[in-house]
Amino acid sequence: MPMFPNPRTTIATALSLVLLTGGCAYLSGEGGTAGADPDSPECEPYAQWQDIGGTVSVYASIRDEEAERMERSWQMFAECTGIDIQYEGSGEFEAQVQVKVDGGNAPDIAFFPQPGLLERFADSGDLVPAPEGVQQLAEEGWSQDWLDYATIDGELYATPLGANFKSFVWYSPTFFSDNGYEVPQTWDELIALSDTIAADGTKPWCAGLESGDATGWPATDWIENVILRENGPEIYDQWVNHEIPFNDPRIADAFGRADEILRNPDYVNGGFGNVQSIAITSFQEAGLPILDGDCGMYLMGSFYAAQWPEGTEVSETGDVYAFNLPPIDPDQGTPVMGGGEFVGAFADRPEVVAVREYLATAEYANNRAAEGAWFSAHQGLDLETLEVPTDRLGAEILRDPDTVFRFDGSDLMPAEVGAGTFWRGMVNWINGEETDAILDYIENSWSS
Amino acid sequence: MGFSLVEELPKLLWMVIGVAAFLAVIGALLFLVDAGARKSRVEWWQATLFLAPALILLFLGLVYPVFRTTLLSFMDGQGGNWVGLDNYVRMFTQPELLTVLRNTLLWVLFGPVLATAVGLLYALLVDRRRFESVAKSLVFMPMAISFVGASIIWKFIYAYRPAEAEQIGLLNQIIVWFGGEPRLWLLETPLNTLLLIVVLIWVQAGFAMVVLSAAIKAIPDDIIEAARIDGTGLWSHFWNITLPSVWPTLTVVLITISVQTLKVFDIVRTMTGGQYETSVIANEMYAQAFRYNELGMGSALAVFLFVLVIPLVIVQMRTNRRLREEQR
Repeated sequence: MPMFPNPRTTIATALSLVLLTGGCAYLSGEGGTAGADPDSPECEPYAQWQDIGGTVSVYASIRDEEAERMERSWQMFAECTGIDIQYEGSGEFEAQVQVKVDGGNAPDIAFFPQPGLLERFADSGDLVPAPEGVQQLAEEGWSQDWLDYATIDGELYATPLGANFKSFVWYSPTFFSDNGYEVPQTWDELIALSDTIAADGTKPWCAGLESGDATGWPATDWIENVILRENGPEIYDQWVNHEIPFNDPRIADAFGRADEILRNPDYVNGGFGNVQSIAITSFQEAGLPILDGDCGMYLMGSFYAAQWPEGTEVSETGDVYAFNLPPIDPDQGTPVMGGGEFVGAFADRPEVVAVREYLATAEYANNRAAEGAWFSAHQGLDLETLEVPTDRLGAEILRDPDTVFRFDGSDLMPAEVGAGTFWRGMVNWINGEETDAILDYIENSWSS
Repeated sequence: MGFSLVEELPKLLWMVIGVAAFLAVIGALLFLVDAGARKSRVEWWQATLFLAPALILLFLGLVYPVFRTTLLSFMDGQGGNWVGLDNYVRMFTQPELLTVLRNTLLWVLFGPVLATAVGLLYALLVDRRRFESVAKSLVFMPMAISFVGASIIWKFIYAYRPAEAEQIGLLNQIIVWFGGEPRLWLLETPLNTLLLIVVLIWVQAGFAMVVLSAAIKAIPDDIIEAARIDGTGLWSHFWNITLPSVWPTLTVVLITISVQTLKVFDIVRTMTGGQYETSVIANEMYAQAFRYNELGMGSALAVFLFVLVIPLVIVQMRTNRRLREEQR
């Protein structure tokens, strides 16, 4: 037995301890943002948040190019105030945010794409309600319609961030004018146009439901848009809040109307094959045959503008453009459907409040819009900065005081329906199941 | 995008810290053990020091979660109210969840047996042939591919394009060459589950083949010699000599792959996302617990999966013990 430990062991132990302390010190240290001069004119807009400092972690579902643009849009704020914003985007956001919160590892701020998810965390007491300053900015910036989605039990918990418009029908203006087609103004004209395009030998519609974990959601947009136009916002709200059952005859009618297009073998699936191919075509690819003249129209949100290949001209006379899905019942007008993210927070440190305030300003909305391919419903957003014409069109419709806006219904339903059985049901519906069976299946899965 | 070392530095550092922490613990243990004195007490201390980390980790990582998950499985979605056996009743009555159980059954019935059978057949065919090592590495190679990678490869094989377009999927292209119509493979229930099982077989057959090949080579030469003198045919040689000799190995392989199959998650998730009636227990468990906020139902599925795995593990341990005793 040696009295002294083996020298090699000692060295290894000592070395690893040195590494351990050194590494930890580096990670906790002031890494990150290079400070700008706080007194410079560029930093003028951020004067009120100076001398706070600290680090704020932000977690959301936004990734890749879109995330880079977003990070650039708050870079100046971070440099001037010295607040280091650590952004993490994940395709698994909906599931992982729950895991993080359960594990006591909640982010400071999260962008919730579904008000239903926001409500879940508000109910569980994890979210911090909007502080005074944030509330004030929210009331200045958004219409009551929007704030209602982030208000739970009379308390505002979040502010809207980006918006998207989900009643767009994408089409090719050049293809339309070459063949003498007109943009339809009513549902009947839409069906007549579809028949004409089909008679001319092109499938009038294309669609795709495949979206990884979220497969099925594009078809829910169809149903929501039809219900909104056929029955109006009141019935829509009742349906979303489960005040009328999911298998109500009016909902069945809406399915029947969507059926005329989505499950009509003469109408779909332009460029991809038969009706069933809709179920396995990814929504990102589904609209691309429009460019080749293999498909006439594609119902998809405004964010689809980012999916067109490099060099595609998005404009009223260009390669692709969009029109608002026409009304069905003239008495209901043309209510529109859309979605967006909401900024909620799990912490109330001063630097977190500062970031929340900044994200609720018109300043931020315009900074983000300047980076391109984005718009929001913020009243202070300068529409001239929106480069993509469809974004401008969407933002104008949302801004219009006569517009009746409704949030994407599946995002408001409880997750087991809105992100579960509704999606799954739509996939099985496209795959040939009877409408009544699908409606009963979704209704039975709704617990409350 | 691309890989930037500077950006990844914190992650690498965490890795280094992890390794360093591990070394530090081991080093500290060795240091303490080394520094001790006198025998009997020392030995007790040594045992404690070496066993404690494993026991603590086992408790934190296995015993406690099993206990908590079991409790949660008797609660509702938010994990607040007791609902008794509700979740279990739903599991065996709700048509959708019954489909999930049916699919898992299909996986367990077909996956391990077919993967082992393919592996055994291949091992027999290439045994003592000229290019044995090359042939074996060809089949073994998919083992190096993760299930997610393999799923993406097979997703392309099953890909569908309409008859008038260029096929990009190998399977449909072959069918078109033979004058058939391309089909939407992944949509056809329950065939699609079997097509997913093919991916598992493709990855696991190599493992079965390598282990069984070693077992075949271990059959004593004098037995084979004796059989040959007695003039056994191919078939009876296989049934009476080869199979009984490799039987213990065969069970080990079967059970190992069965446990893998029961837990299968990534293939289903990558290829269909659990849609088109292809979901399995592990997939449904994740969706229920983390996406639908049905923690109770997810836990119940997890407990059920755990119960299914237990007998396999017991058999596995017994076989291992028997093998060890035989070798002594």
